[in-house]
Amino acid sequence: MNPTNYLYLSAILFSIGAVGVVVRRNAIVVFMCIELMLNAANLAFVTFAKMNGNLEGQVIAFFTMVVAACEVVVGLAIIVTIFRSRRSASVDDASLLSR
Amino acid sequence: MTGESVLFWVLAPLAVAAAIAMLFMKKAVHSAILLAWVMITLAIFYITLEAPFLGIVQIVVYTGAVMMLFLFILMLVGVDSSDSLVEKIKGLRTVAIFTVLGFVGALTSLIARTDNGQAPVGLGEANSGGNVQGIAELIFGDYVWAFEVISALLITAALGAMVLGHSEKSGVAKTSQRARSIARFRGKSIATAAGLPGSGVYARNNAVDLPALLPDGKPSDLSIAEVLHRRGDVQETKSYALEGLPKIDEEGNK
Repeated sequence: MNPTNYLYLSAILFSIGAVGVVVRRNAIVVFMCIELMLNAANLAFVTFAKMNGNLEGQVIAFFTMVVAACEVVVGLAIIVTIFRSRRSASVDDASLLSR
Repeated sequence: MTGESVLFWVLAPLAVAAAIAMLFMKKAVHSAILLAWVMITLAIFYITLEAPFLGIVQIVVYTGAVMMLFLFILMLVGVDSSDSLVEKIKGLRTVAIFTVLGFVGALTSLIARTDNGQAPVGLGEANSGGNVQGIAELIFGDYVWAFEVISALLITAALGAMVLGHSEKSGVAKTSQRARSIARFRGKSIATAAGLPGSGVYARNNAVDLPALLPDGKPSDLSIAEVLHRRGDVQETKSYALEGLPKIDEEGNK
């Protein structure tokens, strides 16, 4: 099978994640959508590795996973801190700067 | 039809359906479960794309650690904190969907135009010494500097999460019962030797964060636990004063 199909799947998953980031209001769901986008990019990297017969794509995907793990740890800590002081995990409620 | 294409055409629509359903779930837990499913499908795709190491790492790190973290935080902030699906900015949803549809169109046309029908090189040669060995050679060879930097990033992230999650201790030193007793009876004044007034005494409410009212209607700051003051969970006590009671002066005369 032509591996380009994986690239199409990757593009579709990335776009779905982008819609979620814009549309959803719950900060945790927004984070999950960012994870989906990172995963989609990883799928593209792994597919490129296979298309070019080169393992470097897989190494980059591996590094992306580490960065995603860091991002989740810090992001969720921030969400918990905001939730502690505001009793809300909605991105609309953290709007102090706009007032 | 090869086995790989059967696998792809069965799993890919399921992954896309799960990802779309994730956007429409009202409860965040349901979204998390659907995302875990998408991640498992991607792990299977990695293994079919001759990346067994990444497939296993995907399951261990993403569906294992990251999704577990998400579920923990969901439990922490309340499982039933369901999202209001009302859009605050008018037309945001329509604009977002159409923009992203345009983005998908651009990406797919780009992919289709760069696809020259060439057969993929495949990783048979690169994986000849084993997939893990091949990746290890790259990580600890060409990419060793990036690897070190990323490990520093991981440690920094762990430290950052600890700093953010840290909450100050109340600062009231823990003392023994004996020390407290001495402080109460041999301290500066024995006015409170019988104990501090309880919260909510003679007040309109018996909640712990409401001050007790003294006989002349004044609220007493002493009646609220020190910890609540420090946390800022107490409103201005003056607002609880009772008006219209006869005033008592220092000697106790009306």
